[in-house]
Amino acid sequence: MPSQPVSSAAPHTKQLTGAEIVWATLTGEGVRTVFGYPGGAILPIYDALRKYPIHHVLVRHEQGAAHMADGYARASGEVGVAVATSGPGATNLVTGIATAMLDSVPMVCITGQISSKLLGTDAFQEVDITGITLPITKHNFIVTKSEDIGPVLRRAFSIARTGRPGPVLVDITKDAQQGLADFNFEACAPQPHRPHPMLSAENEAVSEAIDLILNAQRPILLVGHGALESGATDQLITLAERLHIPVASTLLGLGAIPASHDLSLGMMGMHGEAWVNQAIQQSDLLIACGMRFDDRVTGALTSYAPNAKKIHIEIDPSEISKNVKADVALIGDLKEILETILPRLAPRKDQSWVKAVNALKGVAAVRDIKNLPDSGHLYAAHVIHDLWRATAGKAIVVTDVGQHQMWEAQYYKHDAPRSLITSGGLGTMGFALPAAIGAKMARPDDEIWVIAGDGGFQMTASELSTLVQEKLKINIAVINNGFLGMVRQWQEFMYESNYACSPILSPDFVKLADAHGVPGATVRTRGEVAAAVKAAREADGPFLINFLVEKEDAVYPMVGPGAALDEMIRRPANGHNPLLETSEEP
Amino acid sequence: MLHTFVALVEDKPGVLTRVASLFRRLNINIISLTVGRSERPGVSRMSIVAEAPAGAGHRIKASLFKLESVFDVDDVGQLQCVTRELALIKVAATPQSRAQIFQLSEIFRARIVDLAPESMMLEITGAASKIEGLIQVLNEGDNQILEIARTGRMVMRRGQHTSHVLEAFQLSQPEDEPIIPLTAEKGSENLDVISGDPNHPM
Ligand SMILES: Cc1ncc(C[n+]2csc(CCOP(=O)(O)OP(=O)(O)O)c2C)c(N)n1
Repeated sequence: MPSQPVSSAAPHTKQLTGAEIVWATLTGEGVRTVFGYPGGAILPIYDALRKYPIHHVLVRHEQGAAHMADGYARASGEVGVAVATSGPGATNLVTGIATAMLDSVPMVCITGQISSKLLGTDAFQEVDITGITLPITKHNFIVTKSEDIGPVLRRAFSIARTGRPGPVLVDITKDAQQGLADFNFEACAPQPHRPHPMLSAENEAVSEAIDLILNAQRPILLVGHGALESGATDQLITLAERLHIPVASTLLGLGAIPASHDLSLGMMGMHGEAWVNQAIQQSDLLIACGMRFDDRVTGALTSYAPNAKKIHIEIDPSEISKNVKADVALIGDLKEILETILPRLAPRKDQSWVKAVNALKGVAAVRDIKNLPDSGHLYAAHVIHDLWRATAGKAIVVTDVGQHQMWEAQYYKHDAPRSLITSGGLGTMGFALPAAIGAKMARPDDEIWVIAGDGGFQMTASELSTLVQEKLKINIAVINNGFLGMVRQWQEFMYESNYACSPILSPDFVKLADAHGVPGATVRTRGEVAAAVKAAREADGPFLINFLVEKEDAVYPMVGPGAALDEMIRRPANGHNPLLETSEEP
Repeated sequence: MLHTFVALVEDKPGVLTRVASLFRRLNINIISLTVGRSERPGVSRMSIVAEAPAGAGHRIKASLFKLESVFDVDDVGQLQCVTRELALIKVAATPQSRAQIFQLSEIFRARIVDLAPESMMLEITGAASKIEGLIQVLNEGDNQILEIARTGRMVMRRGQHTSHVLEAFQLSQPEDEPIIPLTAEKGSENLDVISGDPNHPM
């Protein structure tokens, strides 16, 4: 039933069904791709899709839809959209929504709901999804009237992308999808966001921050995901260069300033490089930029950067002094705040602190992968290092969660913002493959690599089929160690090597890929890495490499839970030391 | 330490859950939470009293602000405020003991709102300490308390202060839409009850 403009109230007002309003609003918001899975309570919406220029990616499990929308958002900076039916469809989204929430990713999830007259009766496939997702969404709505769909969806987009971004869920009853209402996209525009009264970088605080920065002898910039969200790369580089301030990054901040920049130290925290954590502990001023002092980043709070003053630049006032007390808080958009303070910061000449930090790097360089001989074993760190070289550091890498994720962060040097996509806050296994599909939809011209463990890959491997159906070119590296590696590592270090339930059997991943029509290769030695990576990159479609790596390798350094940031477990100097045993092929 | 917040929130289903859920997530116990209409249509007013560490006020306030349904939050713990609570107390009373209870209620400026052969109901308004004082005296006087219903605290800042959001609303408000004056609506039976003497010593 084609819709006809009937109402004459406003020039662009048409009468549409609620279902049509959903797509018309998404179209108006600039959405071109959604990820979803149909079912009874959302069929009116699916029925109306054909009238709108939106591509729907059919997933294999709704968790995949949420991760794809998330990956799409992280790769593009735009709001990602996931669609699911009521009941089990909606509950399957939950892990993906929580993942986006913990990493502040802008996302809108649309779920179908049973008809409004039946709400609260335990009707077939009824679930209180707004109740379930209340603590894991930035906000959620239930819509029971067709005329509310447009305004609510537009508000959902506005909430998802404003301030600190996050996921918003809109639950739409079937009768609201079916009913008719006048629709005018412009008229549905949300009220401008209420001003946040605590959102202000007061002049006094700005002056205090400037004083601290100018007087610091050993300052460090701590850069987090907020730097990417705010697009503050240039301002951060200017600040770092002008005052010779080394830059440490959180896992999600990697790429905010190029890893190849002289002042870039790399990742801080539990598996941060030794010199980064040491420098933080020695620092006298931490300038935290869009990061939230997560426990994975600080180690024991009581001994964290004991001599440092802390300037916290952050868009969310509830993060101030949550974990680490801020001496000066500048609340607001990072880029804007840096632009305010930069003109008041004169260049500094003294480079002694940078030199001291670089000397710390030098000590660790003996353990550097590039300086060590080969023993014939295959180590994940080498695989990732070689992958970085082969792709010239230009790929978008989407990782899963575990040891391989940390090795990726250590050895794949990200030079561009949004080139590492990974689940940080929630640490969701199964994230990589679906998130990579989302990222590829957002950036079809970029080279995309999935790096996943044998455990996590099996959690969402069904999305291989989605990948093929969508004819997407994505390369997959499974880092296969026969264990839930990170769990095994904790068991080795903290539970006397009692490997309870961490050995994991996997199918032959190459055959699994083959069953989907995806070519692949198994790699057992360092010598085979380059050729396999080349084959993958040259393949027209997707390609899977099953890297059979050392089974019981561990990620070093490691700050044990509850330990001070510079109390790191280092790779044993003798004995089991892959970095001493192997190196690149000449 | 007790923290007291006044929150102006959307008057919509589920908003109370969002606010309550926030305290649950922060693992903070709500001592009392009262909700009712405010001077503006569509805006409810909550007075929230919660037990939390001394430094937690900032974070609770900032987290409340993050809720989309919250228009404004005031942390009034340290400010000049009028705080009131209403309690209904049902006491066992025989014709013999009534006189004494009458007397007590006189002292506490409570009112007798129900009288039955074997019980009396007192209505008292004031600071929490005043209500607790009456309860204590009733208990000590061997008067068996049968039931207590308390509203929890309501708070309002003294003086001219108006919440930010209302200022903002007023600025953005089309001129023809009047600001509802700060009086109770018609039919609000309890108006007299709430207008207790703010300077009452207890
Ligand atoms: C959904 C989910 N379940 C459990 C965990 C706990 N966990 C963290 S890392 C890890 C092991 C991951 O193993 P694998 O995918 O093989 O990667 P590896 O560590 O070996 O690189 C587990 C089980 C998690 N992060 N996510």
